[in-house]
Amino acid sequence: MSDATVSALSPAAAFLSGVKTSLTSIYTLVMLGTFVGISALAHDYGFSLWWLAAATMLMWAGPGQVILITALGHGSPLFEAALAVCLSGLRLLPMVVTLLPLIRRPATRTAALLLPAHITAISMWVESMRLLPPMPREQRLAFTNGLGLGFMIPAHIGSLIGYYLVASLPSALTAGLLFLSPMSFLVSTSRNARMLVDRLALGIGLVVAPLLAYGQIQLDLMWTGIIAGSAAYAIHRLREAMR
Amino acid sequence: MSTIGTMSPYLVLLLVGFLPNEIWRILGVVVAHGIDESSEVMVWLRAVATGVLAGVIAKLIFAAPGTLADVPLSVRLAAMALGFVTFLAVRRSIFAGVLAGEAVLIIGAVAAGA
Repeated sequence: MSDATVSALSPAAAFLSGVKTSLTSIYTLVMLGTFVGISALAHDYGFSLWWLAAATMLMWAGPGQVILITALGHGSPLFEAALAVCLSGLRLLPMVVTLLPLIRRPATRTAALLLPAHITAISMWVESMRLLPPMPREQRLAFTNGLGLGFMIPAHIGSLIGYYLVASLPSALTAGLLFLSPMSFLVSTSRNARMLVDRLALGIGLVVAPLLAYGQIQLDLMWTGIIAGSAAYAIHRLREAMR
Repeated sequence: MSTIGTMSPYLVLLLVGFLPNEIWRILGVVVAHGIDESSEVMVWLRAVATGVLAGVIAKLIFAAPGTLADVPLSVRLAAMALGFVTFLAVRRSIFAGVLAGEAVLIIGAVAAGA
């Protein structure tokens, strides 16, 4: 394809090319696996498949959805569930802030940026940051929309598979499905933890959380975040100061 | 879903799931210029967010749901540990880590007669 034909792509063609790119990305496999796991959890905690599909479209954040399902399923107060979801969603802010300058043009209305912001998640963000820079600016918005919405296809398919598998497999295998979320979150979070402070927060949190739960502390998710995050940050500051 | 009570689960989804999550994306659109990701407050907030995620991981292992709770805690912890070590050993591959952890968990579950 020559540059002339690339830049001549209509918005619809750019959108479709985004969808196609998402379906051939490695993240499509990640989405399938992640949502098989989330769906198994949703089934076990008594949420319907329609509710999960709505949650996927409205939240579009794997960790946030697992937090919401787990917190509500364990009978946490709604306020704590909302706070935990809110804290976990924080990582979306720097993603949106770094993505939008790549797709915005002088003529782009702010309203047109709401969809790409809504479908921003780790999968779409990583692929966009890699694929957008060499692309003509006028087709980036449609391409990004196609990419983000395309990743929702394997997510919904994974949900469908997980929901029915967990109800029909032998118990050792359903335990395996329920284990998918904690296992994949542990490795993907430590992979995404670029700085020492993030790795420390993860490690300290894994130790603090069971202690707080053992002590039957109220709002344990929130306290785990604050204690582990602040302790990690304090160590980070100490190290900086000693340099 | 015990805390939902009489509230519609979809209303709960909007108020407790959608809004607190979406606020960051909206904020990202509004302030797209001028947020310094490396500022001290952001570093602390990101660490707190990571801590919350760690809390959820621990919750799903220690207070496991459904059939996962029938698998002995020692097996659950061993599967997490071996999955993580495999992840570190195999070029930080998420796939390898998850695969190893799953294998240990399922074999352990069968061996324990869960």
